[in-house]
Amino acid sequence: MFESLDLTKLIFGRLTWDAIPFHDPIILATFAVVAVGGVAMLAAITRYKLWGYLWNEWFTTIDHKKIGIMYIILGLVMLLRGFADAIMMRLQQALAFGDSAGYLPPDHYDQIFTAHGVIMIFFVAMPLVTGIMNYLIPLQIGTRDVAFPFLNNFSFWMTTAGAVLMMMSLFIGEFAKTGWLAYPPLSGILQSPGVGVDYYIWSLQIAGVGTLLSGVNLLVTIVKMRAPGMSLMKMPVFTWTSLCTNVLIVAAFPVLTAVLAMLSMDRYLDTAFFTNDLGGNAMMYVNLIWIWGHPEVYILILPVFGIFSEIVATYSRKPLFGYTSMVYATVVITVLSYLVWLHHFFTMGSGASVNSFFGITTMIISIPTGAKIFNWLFTMFRGRIKFDVPMLWTVGFMVTFVIGGMTGVLLAVPPVDFVLHNSLFLIAHFHNVIIGGVLFGLFAGITYWFPKATGFKLDEFWGKISFWFWLIGFYFAFMPLYVLGLMGVTRRVSHFEDQSLQIWFQIAAFGAVLIAVGIAAFLIQLVVSFKRREALKDETGDPWDGRTLEWSTSSPPPPYNFAFTPRVHDLDAWWQMKQHGFQRPESGFIPIHMPKGTWAGIVLSGISVVVGFALIWHMWLLAGVSFVALIGTAIYHTFNYDRDYYIPAEEVERIEAERTRVLANV
Amino acid sequence: MQIAKFLRGVVLTLLAAALLTGCDTVVMSPSGDIAMQQRDLLVWATILMLLVIVPVIVLTLWFAWRYRETNEDATYAPEWTHSTVLELVIWSVPLLIIIALGAMTWVGTHKLDPYRPLDRIDAQTPVPADLEPLTVEVVALDWKWLFIYPEQGIATVNELAAPVDHPIRFKITASTMMNSFFIPALAGQIYAMAGMETKLHGVINEPGVYKGFSANYSGAGYSHMKFDFHGLSEADFDAWVAKVKASDLSLDRDTYLELEVPSAKVPVMLYADVDPTLYHGILNRCVAPGTVCMEDMMYHSGMGQHGGHHGEAEAGHEGQDHHEGSHASHGEHGGHHD
Repeated sequence: MFESLDLTKLIFGRLTWDAIPFHDPIILATFAVVAVGGVAMLAAITRYKLWGYLWNEWFTTIDHKKIGIMYIILGLVMLLRGFADAIMMRLQQALAFGDSAGYLPPDHYDQIFTAHGVIMIFFVAMPLVTGIMNYLIPLQIGTRDVAFPFLNNFSFWMTTAGAVLMMMSLFIGEFAKTGWLAYPPLSGILQSPGVGVDYYIWSLQIAGVGTLLSGVNLLVTIVKMRAPGMSLMKMPVFTWTSLCTNVLIVAAFPVLTAVLAMLSMDRYLDTAFFTNDLGGNAMMYVNLIWIWGHPEVYILILPVFGIFSEIVATYSRKPLFGYTSMVYATVVITVLSYLVWLHHFFTMGSGASVNSFFGITTMIISIPTGAKIFNWLFTMFRGRIKFDVPMLWTVGFMVTFVIGGMTGVLLAVPPVDFVLHNSLFLIAHFHNVIIGGVLFGLFAGITYWFPKATGFKLDEFWGKISFWFWLIGFYFAFMPLYVLGLMGVTRRVSHFEDQSLQIWFQIAAFGAVLIAVGIAAFLIQLVVSFKRREALKDETGDPWDGRTLEWSTSSPPPPYNFAFTPRVHDLDAWWQMKQHGFQRPESGFIPIHMPKGTWAGIVLSGISVVVGFALIWHMWLLAGVSFVALIGTAIYHTFNYDRDYYIPAEEVERIEAERTRVLANV
Repeated sequence: MQIAKFLRGVVLTLLAAALLTGCDTVVMSPSGDIAMQQRDLLVWATILMLLVIVPVIVLTLWFAWRYRETNEDATYAPEWTHSTVLELVIWSVPLLIIIALGAMTWVGTHKLDPYRPLDRIDAQTPVPADLEPLTVEVVALDWKWLFIYPEQGIATVNELAAPVDHPIRFKITASTMMNSFFIPALAGQIYAMAGMETKLHGVINEPGVYKGFSANYSGAGYSHMKFDFHGLSEADFDAWVAKVKASDLSLDRDTYLELEVPSAKVPVMLYADVDPTLYHGILNRCVAPGTVCMEDMMYHSGMGQHGGHHGEAEAGHEGQDHHEGSHASHGEHGGHHD
């Protein structure tokens, strides 16, 4: 009797049928839709015999371009999930007044806002930013792949593993009810005994491995693999901002790993790092998580600043104004981003001098950021601005972002923060900079580089619809939150007494609906563009008359990117090459050495999901076995010496001759 | 063209709406001197920043319009990428604004430090020399607020009162979760954390009933962790104290341990009498019989080294000198250890 009980525990841990949320119709319906959709997709892949293609060309690829695209697909899929959470929150807050409790019990609502934050930051913004960096950096610096191609594939799959684990929490068990940073003591084992926080910890830890390794990879790529002649001050601005971002990733993510490791030790091993008793201190967690968390927001925004810099120069038909000061501004922001974390908790009782110090360092960041805005402004000045969709996003960004910047500096004044901390004013502020900055930039970048990746442009009409709905939707959704913040309304509240607030929440919900239309228009844009791909085709490889090296290749670029490594003489290398009547070499090709695809990334990631799941549910037997399997597989992979191949010179010649033929017809 | 106009329209309408309603809100028109000064700082900081934000928005839209591709009249300078004068201006204008704002921040943060005892009741009136502040000990419980009035010997749950124009000194702690004690009309918030004490000084200048709540998410009952704060005349305050004293409830360690159990939407409760050592026990996490007080634990574990724990938010007690006292009071806490 006892033995069989222990065996059940050993195998299934905490997992029982109760963990499946049969009682919640919302989740059941979602599950039905996901299951039907998933089965349909799998059936379609089988029906059209795509498994081999997907496995060989995508899942096992080490081509940075394909990995970049997969990151972006991951980010967009997760955007739909994160946005579904957002619209559920908006609906709940628009309804739950007075006698009406809304349609979500606090238990469910609390999971939703936690999941929304975690997904949007870790599984939407990060994959999209990483994806664009992955795709572009090797192309911009004139190289054939990243420094560690296998690591790149592994990083992507680890990020995906984190996302998969996070999604599993929706149907098996629960997610954390702690807010997206899971402050103790609330996230401690005493206050959150369920599996929610464990899902949080392990999905972030596994995805964090991917993020950190990808940071190392891209950092080394930029430092070591630039084309000859491309000195640091001749790097494209996007590469510069990516360099700084990856420095931040490498320096900041280990802190997150450490703080989550300590939290998991508190939960699993009864240590007392952050407990109320036995000498633990929750304030330590808050400090550590923000030492990662504040650089994190610059990790997201810096590459996007780079995207805007590329776009504003291209569409204004001028080089970027003040390249040097742009670079210095980026570096200053990188350094300062480590000196401001305490502004996230002025209200935790720090002394006036400490608060003032961190308030003022925060304000100082607005100086280089302001310089950047002025640089974009003066790039537009005396230009010939073509208002394609990426440029619309850019102007929308400049106007919106400065408002978010201003409210951010307001929050950096400690006495002001005392009345606005944790209020909806804060929520409005960071959505103002993350949507108005990061997201607008990502959409601008996706639109701008889409023809490079696919060979055809995105449909203009649906792009404009998407832009306007996003922009107007943003103002409707978040300006009311500024007002509510000034009314003293705080975040994460699932029910209100004061009926006079309701109208503002209804306006915000309307804004969320507009944003939903914007997202739908973006998806329609993808479909319409795919259908019209012949009409939208770009054969030149340089549809916008670009300035940087990625535009010198075909669209999409060949697997080896450049038949010959380009030589760089100036900033805006491709522009300068065009000015000097650059002739594409048409002969003298040599075999090109390329890395070979491998199964290891996706397999290790799959095993990691099992390890994470087992740890979450305390299935110790499975955890042990799968962990050994994980290490064993990693070691086994090191014996794989079949890692590279040569693209024969004839093959290169064939591809390049085809390109010559296409270019001649343009 | 439509772009520029539309953008401007949306921004201006929303800003105007926000400003109009914004002026009416509790943060923008509070009733306590500290919150008013915080509001003033908010307004000045906003004005200072608008000096640069408004021109940037206007220039963005103007340049976007003026240098559009179809406008052949506009100058086109395809090689112009640098101007030392302009670069100096674009770095120094934000710099000057930040210097001004930084100075305001330094002064304002020190002046409005929540730990600093008040020196004025409102803009015209300094605190009279003989006026002692009212002390209230605040405990954030899951999920309700306990207020202990040590001078009056009373306690309440989810109702707070204070005389108008009388400085209040809050000592704040929590039972388990991290909460934030916030009465927007009175003064800014400060976190309430278990095993630690934070402080807040404030004064309410107009009689009335104001909202107070937790501003830091703390779990399932958080949305209803609210209380009313009554600003009363001195006479009404005395009457309120008398009303509390007339209650037949009293708060000792046992009733506290029952109260401490997590619960939501708790009605107002008044306690005519309160164990004078209760707050000390809560702060040191030794209300339950048989538990060792934190300060004693720290004293002993600190003996060998250098002792003492000086956090920004003070753990247990303010410093070393309290250990004598805590030793003396050992027996009464029922603490036992090596």
